[in-house]
Amino acid sequence: MAQRESTFGNMVIVLLLVTLISAGALGFVHDMTSGAIEAAKIKAQNDAISKVLPAFDELKPPVTVLPEGETDSVLVFPAYAQGQLVGVAVKTYSNKGFSGHISIMAGIDKGGNFTGYAVLEHKETPGLGSKMDVWFNNADKPGQNVIGKSPATTKFSVSKDGGDIDAITASTITSRAFLDALVRAYAAFEKTSGTLSGETAEKTN
Amino acid sequence: MNQWKNFSKGFIKESPTFVLLLGMCPTLGVTSSAANGLGMGLATTFVLAMSNWVVSLVKSQIPDKIRIPSYIVIIATFVTVVELTMQAYLPGLFKSLGLFIPLIVVNCIVLGRAEAFASKNPPLSSLIDGLGMGLGFSFALTLLGSIRELLGSGKIFNITLYSENYVMLLFVLAPGAFIVLGYLIALINRIKKA
Repeated sequence: MAQRESTFGNMVIVLLLVTLISAGALGFVHDMTSGAIEAAKIKAQNDAISKVLPAFDELKPPVTVLPEGETDSVLVFPAYAQGQLVGVAVKTYSNKGFSGHISIMAGIDKGGNFTGYAVLEHKETPGLGSKMDVWFNNADKPGQNVIGKSPATTKFSVSKDGGDIDAITASTITSRAFLDALVRAYAAFEKTSGTLSGETAEKTN
Repeated sequence: MNQWKNFSKGFIKESPTFVLLLGMCPTLGVTSSAANGLGMGLATTFVLAMSNWVVSLVKSQIPDKIRIPSYIVIIATFVTVVELTMQAYLPGLFKSLGLFIPLIVVNCIVLGRAEAFASKNPPLSSLIDGLGMGLGFSFALTLLGSIRELLGSGKIFNITLYSENYVMLLFVLAPGAFIVLGYLIALINRIKKA
Protein backbone atom coordinates (compact mmCIF):
# COMPACT_ATOMS: atom_id res chain seq x y z
CA MET A 1 0.00 0.00 0.00
CA ALA A 2 1.25 3.45 -0.81
CA GLN A 3 1.57 5.99 1.95
CA ARG A 4 -1.51 8.22 2.19
CA GLU A 5 -0.69 11.79 1.20
CA SER A 6 -0.61 14.62 3.71
CA THR A 7 -3.42 16.66 2.20
CA PHE A 8 -5.66 18.68 4.49
CA GLY A 9 -8.70 16.48 3.89
CA ASN A 10 -6.77 13.27 4.51
CA MET A 11 -5.32 14.58 7.74
CA VAL A 12 -8.70 15.68 9.10
CA ILE A 13 -10.38 12.40 8.21
CA VAL A 14 -7.59 10.19 9.58
CA LEU A 15 -7.26 12.07 12.86
CA LEU A 16 -11.04 12.05 13.28
CA LEU A 17 -11.17 8.30 12.67
CA VAL A 18 -8.26 7.56 15.01
CA THR A 19 -9.79 9.56 17.87
CA LEU A 20 -13.30 8.19 17.24
CA ILE A 21 -12.11 4.58 17.36
CA SER A 22 -10.10 5.13 20.55
CA ALA A 23 -12.99 6.97 22.20
CA GLY A 24 -15.27 4.04 21.38
CA ALA A 25 -12.75 1.49 22.68
CA LEU A 26 -12.24 3.44 25.92
CA GLY A 27 -15.97 3.83 26.47
CA PHE A 28 -16.31 0.06 26.16
CA VAL A 29 -13.46 -0.63 28.62
CA HIS A 30 -14.84 1.95 31.04
CA ASP A 31 -18.23 0.24 31.01
CA MET A 32 -16.57 -3.12 31.64
CA THR A 33 -14.46 -1.95 34.58
CA SER A 34 -16.41 0.81 36.34
CA GLY A 35 -18.36 -1.66 38.49
CA ALA A 36 -15.24 -3.51 39.56
CA ILE A 37 -13.38 -0.26 40.34
CA GLU A 38 -16.22 0.88 42.57
CA ALA A 39 -16.34 -2.52 44.30
CA ALA A 40 -12.56 -2.49 44.86
CA LYS A 41 -12.75 0.97 46.46
CA ILE A 42 -15.58 -0.06 48.80
CA LYS A 43 -13.77 -3.28 49.68
CA ALA A 44 -10.57 -1.39 50.55
CA GLN A 45 -12.59 0.95 52.77
CA ASN A 46 -14.48 -1.88 54.53
CA ASP A 47 -11.25 -3.81 55.07
CA ALA A 48 -9.74 -0.74 56.74
CA ILE A 49 -12.82 -0.27 58.93
CA SER A 50 -12.85 -3.87 60.17
CA LYS A 51 -9.12 -3.63 60.85
CA VAL A 52 -9.44 -0.63 63.17
CA LEU A 53 -12.59 -1.58 65.13
CA PRO A 54 -13.49 -4.48 67.41
CA ALA A 55 -15.91 -7.03 65.93
CA PHE A 56 -19.18 -5.53 64.71
CA ASP A 57 -22.05 -6.86 62.61
CA GLU A 58 -23.59 -3.73 61.15
CA LEU A 59 -22.12 -0.63 59.59
CA LYS A 60 -24.35 2.43 59.16
CA PRO A 61 -23.85 4.88 56.29
CA PRO A 62 -21.26 7.53 57.17
CA VAL A 63 -22.02 10.90 58.74
CA THR A 64 -20.11 13.79 57.18
CA VAL A 65 -18.49 16.23 59.60
CA LEU A 66 -16.80 19.42 58.45
CA PRO A 67 -14.00 20.38 60.89
CA GLU A 68 -13.95 24.07 61.79
CA GLY A 69 -11.91 26.23 59.47
CA GLU A 70 -11.35 23.38 56.97
CA THR A 71 -12.70 22.75 53.50
CA ASP A 72 -12.41 18.95 53.42
CA SER A 73 -14.82 16.93 55.50
CA VAL A 74 -14.26 13.88 57.70
CA LEU A 75 -16.40 10.74 57.38
CA VAL A 76 -17.70 9.03 60.52
CA PHE A 77 -18.86 5.40 60.07
CA PRO A 78 -20.83 4.16 63.10
CA ALA A 79 -20.48 0.40 63.73
CA TYR A 80 -22.99 -1.65 65.74
CA ALA A 81 -23.04 -5.12 67.27
CA GLN A 82 -26.52 -6.46 68.14
CA GLY A 83 -27.93 -2.96 67.83
CA GLN A 84 -25.42 -1.47 70.27
CA LEU A 85 -22.85 1.09 69.16
CA VAL A 86 -19.38 -0.47 69.49
CA GLY A 87 -17.49 2.46 68.11
CA VAL A 88 -16.94 4.60 65.07
CA ALA A 89 -14.43 4.41 62.26
CA VAL A 90 -13.38 7.89 61.22
CA LYS A 91 -11.85 8.55 57.82
CA THR A 92 -9.66 11.46 58.74
CA TYR A 93 -6.76 13.31 57.17
CA SER A 94 -3.99 15.81 57.70
CA ASN A 95 -2.38 18.17 55.22
CA LYS A 96 0.66 18.78 57.41
CA GLY A 97 2.65 15.71 56.35
CA PHE A 98 6.25 15.96 55.20
CA SER A 99 4.95 15.48 51.64
CA GLY A 100 1.45 16.87 52.10
CA HIS A 101 -1.77 14.95 52.38
CA ILE A 102 -2.14 11.89 54.63
CA SER A 103 -5.39 9.93 54.85
CA ILE A 104 -6.07 7.69 57.86
CA MET A 105 -8.90 5.43 58.99
CA ALA A 106 -9.07 5.62 62.79
CA GLY A 107 -11.21 3.46 65.08
CA ILE A 108 -12.63 5.01 68.27
CA ASP A 109 -14.69 3.10 70.83
CA LYS A 110 -17.71 4.42 72.74
CA GLY A 111 -15.47 5.78 75.51
CA GLY A 112 -13.42 7.85 73.09
CA ASN A 113 -10.33 5.63 73.15
CA PHE A 114 -8.56 4.74 69.92
CA THR A 115 -8.96 1.06 69.03
CA GLY A 116 -6.79 1.02 65.93
CA TYR A 117 -5.85 2.87 62.79
CA ALA A 118 -4.91 2.19 59.19
CA VAL A 119 -2.97 4.54 56.97
CA LEU A 120 -4.93 4.74 53.71
CA GLU A 121 -2.81 7.15 51.68
CA HIS A 122 0.44 8.96 52.23
CA LYS A 123 3.49 10.20 50.36
CA GLU A 124 5.91 10.27 53.30
CA THR A 125 9.55 9.24 52.93
CA PRO A 126 9.90 5.44 52.62
CA GLY A 127 11.64 3.96 55.64
CA LEU A 128 11.19 7.11 57.75
CA GLY A 129 7.74 8.70 57.82
CA SER A 130 6.19 5.61 56.24
CA LYS A 131 6.85 3.78 59.53
CA MET A 132 3.76 5.44 60.99
CA ASP A 133 1.64 2.43 60.01
CA VAL A 134 3.33 0.38 62.78
CA TRP A 135 5.05 2.94 65.03
CA PHE A 136 1.96 4.21 66.87
CA ASN A 137 0.51 0.71 67.24
CA ASN A 138 3.14 -0.92 69.45
CA ALA A 139 2.01 -2.28 72.79
CA ASP A 140 5.64 -2.88 73.87
CA LYS A 141 6.48 0.82 73.70
CA PRO A 142 3.79 2.67 75.70
CA GLY A 143 5.43 6.02 74.96
CA GLN A 144 4.67 5.82 71.26
CA ASN A 145 1.48 3.72 71.37
CA VAL A 146 -1.81 5.53 70.71
CA ILE A 147 -4.09 2.47 71.00
CA GLY A 148 -6.29 2.57 74.08
CA LYS A 149 -5.60 6.26 74.63
CA SER A 150 -7.99 9.16 74.25
CA PRO A 151 -7.18 12.81 73.50
CA ALA A 152 -9.45 13.65 76.45
CA THR A 153 -6.91 12.22 78.92
CA THR A 154 -3.66 12.10 76.93
CA LYS A 155 -2.02 15.05 75.26
CA PHE A 156 -1.96 14.11 71.58
CA SER A 157 1.13 15.93 70.42
CA VAL A 158 4.75 14.83 70.14
CA SER A 159 6.91 14.95 73.27
CA LYS A 160 9.13 17.57 71.64
CA ASP A 161 6.10 19.92 71.60
CA GLY A 162 5.21 19.09 75.21
CA GLY A 163 2.80 16.25 74.37
CA ASP A 164 2.61 12.67 75.61
CA ILE A 165 3.38 10.71 72.44
CA ASP A 166 6.90 9.86 71.27
CA ALA A 167 7.52 10.87 67.67
CA ILE A 168 8.94 8.51 65.03
CA THR A 169 12.75 8.77 65.12
CA ALA A 170 13.85 11.31 62.46
CA SER A 171 10.25 11.94 61.36
CA THR A 172 8.84 14.55 63.73
CA ILE A 173 6.89 16.29 60.97
CA THR A 174 5.14 13.09 59.91
CA SER A 175 4.39 12.30 63.56
CA ARG A 176 2.86 15.74 64.08
CA ALA A 177 0.69 15.27 61.01
CA PHE A 178 -0.37 11.80 62.14
CA LEU A 179 -1.44 13.09 65.56
CA ASP A 180 -3.12 16.07 63.91
CA ALA A 181 -5.23 13.60 61.89
CA LEU A 182 -6.13 11.60 65.03
CA VAL A 183 -7.13 14.74 66.93
CA ARG A 184 -9.31 15.72 63.98
CA ALA A 185 -10.89 12.25 64.08
CA TYR A 186 -11.57 12.58 67.79
CA ALA A 187 -13.16 16.02 67.33
CA ALA A 188 -15.48 14.55 64.69
CA PHE A 189 -16.31 11.65 67.03
CA GLU A 190 -17.19 14.05 69.86
CA LYS A 191 -19.39 16.11 67.56
CA THR A 192 -21.36 13.08 66.43
CA SER A 193 -21.29 10.83 69.51
CA GLY A 194 -24.45 12.34 71.05
CA THR A 195 -26.56 11.83 67.95
CA LEU A 196 -25.20 8.33 67.27
CA SER A 197 -25.91 6.78 70.65
CA GLY A 198 -29.36 8.43 70.65
CA GLU A 199 -30.06 6.78 67.31
CA THR A 200 -29.14 3.35 68.72
CA ALA A 201 -31.39 3.76 71.70
CA GLU A 202 -34.35 4.43 69.42
CA LYS A 203 -33.47 1.48 67.21
CA THR A 204 -33.13 -1.01 70.06
CA ASN A 205 -36.39 -0.01 71.75
CA MET B 1 15.99 -16.52 13.64
CA ASN B 2 15.22 -12.96 12.65
CA GLN B 3 12.15 -12.81 14.91
CA TRP B 4 14.20 -14.22 17.77
CA LYS B 5 16.64 -11.35 17.29
CA ASN B 6 13.74 -8.85 17.32
CA PHE B 7 12.65 -10.35 20.59
CA SER B 8 15.93 -10.87 22.43
CA LYS B 9 17.68 -7.59 21.62
CA GLY B 10 15.59 -5.84 24.30
CA PHE B 11 17.25 -7.70 27.16
CA ILE B 12 20.94 -6.79 26.84
CA LYS B 13 22.03 -5.61 23.39
CA GLU B 14 19.47 -2.81 22.98
CA SER B 15 18.10 -2.80 26.52
CA PRO B 16 15.90 0.31 26.73
CA THR B 17 17.04 1.06 30.27
CA PHE B 18 20.72 0.13 30.34
CA VAL B 19 21.78 0.86 26.76
CA LEU B 20 19.32 3.28 25.15
CA LEU B 21 18.74 5.05 28.50
CA LEU B 22 15.10 5.69 27.64
CA GLY B 23 12.25 5.95 30.14
CA MET B 24 14.49 7.03 33.02
CA CYS B 25 11.63 8.68 34.90
CA PRO B 26 9.64 5.52 35.76
CA THR B 27 12.91 3.57 36.03
CA LEU B 28 14.12 5.74 38.87
CA GLY B 29 10.70 6.52 40.32
CA VAL B 30 8.95 3.18 40.83
CA THR B 31 11.77 0.71 41.47
CA SER B 32 11.82 1.05 45.26
CA SER B 33 10.66 -2.58 45.39
CA ALA B 34 10.90 -5.59 43.07
CA ALA B 35 7.12 -6.00 42.83
CA ASN B 36 6.63 -2.36 41.81
CA GLY B 37 9.34 -2.68 39.15
CA LEU B 38 7.79 -5.86 37.74
CA GLY B 39 4.26 -4.40 37.73
CA MET B 40 5.36 -1.24 35.98
CA GLY B 41 7.42 -3.27 33.48
CA LEU B 42 4.53 -5.57 32.57
CA ALA B 43 2.09 -2.66 32.20
CA THR B 44 4.56 -0.99 29.85
CA THR B 45 5.07 -4.28 27.96
CA PHE B 46 1.36 -4.55 27.20
CA VAL B 47 1.21 -0.95 25.97
CA LEU B 48 4.40 -1.35 23.90
CA ALA B 49 3.35 -4.59 22.22
CA MET B 50 -0.21 -3.47 21.44
CA SER B 51 0.68 0.03 20.25
CA ASN B 52 3.56 -1.30 18.12
CA TRP B 53 1.23 -3.81 16.52
CA VAL B 54 -1.58 -1.32 15.83
CA VAL B 55 0.78 1.39 14.59
CA SER B 56 2.33 -1.11 12.21
CA LEU B 57 -1.14 -2.17 10.94
CA VAL B 58 -2.32 1.35 10.17
CA LYS B 59 0.99 2.96 9.25
CA SER B 60 0.30 3.27 5.51
CA GLN B 61 -3.09 4.92 6.15
CA ILE B 62 -1.70 7.68 8.35
CA PRO B 63 -0.39 10.75 6.52
CA ASP B 64 3.18 11.59 7.45
CA LYS B 65 2.49 15.03 8.89
CA ILE B 66 0.07 13.79 11.55
CA ARG B 67 1.75 10.50 12.40
CA ILE B 68 3.01 11.64 15.83
CA PRO B 69 -0.40 12.82 17.14
CA SER B 70 -2.03 9.67 15.76
CA TYR B 71 0.54 7.41 17.43
CA ILE B 72 0.11 9.27 20.71
CA VAL B 73 -3.67 8.77 20.60
CA ILE B 74 -3.18 5.05 19.95
CA ILE B 75 -0.66 4.79 22.82
CA ALA B 76 -2.83 6.81 25.20
CA THR B 77 -5.78 4.53 24.45
CA PHE B 78 -3.85 1.42 25.50
CA VAL B 79 -2.46 3.17 28.57
CA THR B 80 -5.97 4.07 29.70
CA VAL B 81 -7.07 0.47 29.14
CA VAL B 82 -4.22 -0.69 31.42
CA GLU B 83 -5.02 1.99 33.98
CA LEU B 84 -8.72 1.10 34.23
CA THR B 85 -8.07 -2.63 34.30
CA MET B 86 -5.40 -2.33 36.98
CA GLN B 87 -7.61 -0.06 39.07
CA ALA B 88 -10.40 -2.62 38.87
CA TYR B 89 -8.51 -5.85 39.48
CA LEU B 90 -5.16 -4.91 41.10
CA PRO B 91 -6.03 -1.90 43.30
CA GLY B 92 -3.03 -2.49 45.58
CA LEU B 93 -0.51 -2.32 42.75
CA PHE B 94 -2.33 0.62 41.19
CA LYS B 95 -2.02 2.52 44.45
CA SER B 96 1.72 1.98 44.76
CA LEU B 97 2.45 2.83 41.11
CA GLY B 98 0.13 5.83 41.27
CA LEU B 99 0.87 8.58 38.78
CA PHE B 100 3.42 6.52 36.86
CA ILE B 101 0.75 4.45 35.07
CA PRO B 102 -0.86 7.38 33.17
CA LEU B 103 2.69 8.64 32.54
CA ILE B 104 3.42 5.57 30.36
CA VAL B 105 1.86 7.70 27.59
CA VAL B 106 4.91 9.95 27.56
CA ASN B 107 7.42 7.16 28.14
CA CYS B 108 10.00 7.66 25.39
CA ILE B 109 10.38 3.90 24.86
CA VAL B 110 6.80 3.55 23.63
CA LEU B 111 6.79 6.42 21.12
CA GLY B 112 10.42 5.63 20.32
CA ARG B 113 9.62 2.07 19.24
CA ALA B 114 6.51 3.19 17.33
CA GLU B 115 8.54 5.75 15.40
CA ALA B 116 11.82 3.84 14.99
CA PHE B 117 10.52 0.31 14.45
CA ALA B 118 6.76 -0.16 14.03
CA SER B 119 6.34 2.54 11.39
CA LYS B 120 8.89 0.76 9.14
CA ASN B 121 8.28 -2.95 9.83
CA PRO B 122 5.44 -5.49 9.30
CA PRO B 123 2.90 -6.06 12.13
CA LEU B 124 4.25 -9.38 13.40
CA SER B 125 7.84 -8.14 13.72
CA SER B 126 6.55 -5.01 15.44
CA LEU B 127 4.49 -6.99 17.93
CA ILE B 128 7.53 -9.14 18.75
CA ASP B 129 9.78 -6.11 18.96
CA GLY B 130 7.34 -4.50 21.40
CA LEU B 131 7.12 -7.65 23.50
CA GLY B 132 10.91 -8.05 23.61
CA MET B 133 11.56 -4.42 24.43
CA GLY B 134 8.83 -4.43 27.08
CA LEU B 135 10.09 -7.61 28.73
CA GLY B 136 13.63 -6.22 28.58
CA PHE B 137 12.33 -3.12 30.36
CA SER B 138 10.51 -5.31 32.92
CA PHE B 139 13.68 -7.32 33.46
CA ALA B 140 15.71 -4.15 34.03
CA LEU B 141 13.13 -2.66 36.40
CA THR B 142 12.75 -5.88 38.38
CA LEU B 143 16.52 -6.24 38.69
CA LEU B 144 16.88 -2.63 39.83
CA GLY B 145 13.92 -2.98 42.21
CA SER B 146 15.24 -6.25 43.70
CA ILE B 147 18.68 -4.78 44.42
CA ARG B 148 17.22 -1.62 45.95
CA GLU B 149 14.68 -3.54 48.02
CA LEU B 150 17.35 -5.99 49.21
CA LEU B 151 19.81 -3.28 50.27
CA GLY B 152 17.23 -0.76 51.44
CA SER B 153 14.69 -2.84 53.34
CA GLY B 154 16.19 -6.33 53.59
CA LYS B 155 13.51 -7.98 51.45
CA ILE B 156 12.90 -9.24 47.93
CA PHE B 157 9.29 -9.38 46.71
CA ASN B 158 8.29 -8.63 50.32
CA ILE B 159 10.05 -11.75 51.65
CA THR B 160 12.32 -10.70 54.51
CA LEU B 161 15.91 -11.91 54.05
CA TYR B 162 17.62 -10.12 56.91
CA SER B 163 16.79 -7.80 59.79
CA GLU B 164 15.67 -4.25 59.14
CA ASN B 165 18.27 -3.04 61.62
CA TYR B 166 21.08 -3.54 59.10
CA VAL B 167 19.52 -1.98 56.00
CA MET B 168 20.89 1.01 54.09
CA LEU B 169 17.85 3.23 53.86
CA LEU B 170 19.51 5.30 51.15
CA PHE B 171 18.75 2.62 48.57
CA VAL B 172 14.98 2.94 48.69
CA LEU B 173 15.30 6.72 48.34
CA ALA B 174 16.03 8.56 45.07
CA PRO B 175 19.87 8.65 45.36
CA GLY B 176 19.93 4.87 45.74
CA ALA B 177 18.13 4.56 42.38
CA PHE B 178 20.88 6.55 40.66
CA ILE B 179 23.68 4.62 42.36
CA VAL B 180 22.28 1.17 41.54
CA LEU B 181 21.43 2.22 37.96
CA GLY B 182 24.99 3.51 37.47
CA TYR B 183 26.56 0.26 38.62
CA LEU B 184 24.16 -1.82 36.51
CA ILE B 185 24.96 0.23 33.36
CA ALA B 186 28.67 -0.28 34.00
CA LEU B 187 28.10 -4.02 34.43
CA ILE B 188 26.01 -4.30 31.23
CA ASN B 189 28.70 -2.41 29.29
CA ARG B 190 31.28 -4.85 30.56
CA ILE B 191 29.12 -7.82 29.50
CA LYS B 192 28.54 -6.33 26.05
CA LYS B 193 32.28 -5.83 25.48
CA ALA B 194 33.18 -9.35 26.47
